Amino acid sequence: MAEKKDDEKQRKKFTTVSIPTPLFRKVEERIKDTGFTSVSSYVTYVLREIVAEGEKEEEEHPFSEEDEERVKERLRRLGYLE
Amino acid sequence: MINLSLKASEKERIIDQAKELPQIELRSDLVNDVENIANGVFSPLEGFFNNEDLELCLFEKRLSNDFPWTIPIILDISEERSKEIQEDDEIILHNKNGLLAVMKVDEKYKYDKQKLAQYVFGTTETNHPGVARVFTLGDVLIGGRIGLVNETKRQYEQYNLKPIETRILFKEKGWRTVVGFQTRNPPHIGHEYVQKTALTFTDGIFINPVIGKKKIGDFRDDVILASYEELMKHYYLKERAVMSILNFDMRYAGPREAIFHAIVRKNFGCSHIIIGRDHAGVGNYYDPYAAQDIFEEFPDLGIFPIFFKAFFYCKRCGGVANEKTCPHSETDHISFSGSKIRKLICDKKLPPEEIMRPEVAKLIICEENPFVSE
Repeated sequence: MAEKKDDEKQRKKFTTVSIPTPLFRKVEERIKDTGFTSVSSYVTYVLREIVAEGEKEEEEHPFSEEDEERVKERLRRLGYLE
Repeated sequence: MINLSLKASEKERIIDQAKELPQIELRSDLVNDVENIANGVFSPLEGFFNNEDLELCLFEKRLSNDFPWTIPIILDISEERSKEIQEDDEIILHNKNGLLAVMKVDEKYKYDKQKLAQYVFGTTETNHPGVARVFTLGDVLIGGRIGLVNETKRQYEQYNLKPIETRILFKEKGWRTVVGFQTRNPPHIGHEYVQKTALTFTDGIFINPVIGKKKIGDFRDDVILASYEELMKHYYLKERAVMSILNFDMRYAGPREAIFHAIVRKNFGCSHIIIGRDHAGVGNYYDPYAAQDIFEEFPDLGIFPIFFKAFFYCKRCGGVANEKTCPHSETDHISFSGSKIRKLICDKKLPPEEIMRPEVAKLIICEENPFVSE
């Protein structure tokens, strides 16, 4: 188990972000008796959620018209499209 | 969207130079991995793991770009073979029919199989099929970006859709929300119940059986596909259900594999995924709901899990129910026990209609041996 913790410590790469101390205290209160072990883990969780949401909104059509026609032709041939 | 098929000119160059480059003949599971990387099934991966991604995957359940990732995608070779391959080399990856892909070796490194097994499977017991597989791998890993030269000619071509194809298909069908269903068994009434319950809340369902190496005693791939064809023909609206396969060898990694399955289905264009009891589990290695609990760790998966409890047929309710919906006692319940269904099938007896649709059951018992035997 100790080895597992050492592995984790070694592999994690972190950088520092500053937040106001009163906010830090509020978050500390909020995460009491939750699965979050630190303010950092909570902030990481929330930021990942927000960033992923933003990425989803930014997603455009990832394929060209030419690709789309070629794919539709195959889907028709295989019976997926009429 | 990831597409690592080489352009014609690059393909020509690789074919011309192939004989002079180091060659590796891949096992079928690695052939699947190469094509899944190249076709975007494993997006955002663009190649096999380097050491940093492997360690982050094991310890953090993420890639070096912070993307959630729980199952290592690694290319193993023997120590002896590794002496012929250097970092920065271009190497040729073969399937049994010939040239499959080219890989630029970014890193060659050793790894700890015990540690890999412990982190991914939560055990190093070789009775666990995923662990047993790890201990058969070569001792050296090579990581690097791949470029697909030739696609493998596959069985079940009509069910072999790439993410770009399923995404365009869903768009053409007008589905804004799609629920993915992972399966490695023919459908019983309980499966149909969860699929249709989830379909009530989404525009379409994507039934996605895993085709690949399985355990002895698992149902054969052709039996799984034929049984779903039969179910869909009689009991699903054609405009609401699509089936396509995932070429992948199950790892039986329980919770970690559930996350992996979710990422793959997101890549196919699903907005939701069904996660049932003991998803991707084997034996008693995982808590029955660990594969649901693990989703709490990932607020950024980009696909929503729909969780189902264990369910059963209740004679008094007259339908499928679960502990949240049925007030009756266990004596009124008929379970969807896999081993019970297998026993009936082995004895060439039709499972009752409360358990399995007769069309599906008849199709399975007509097979001399519907199970994987070696």
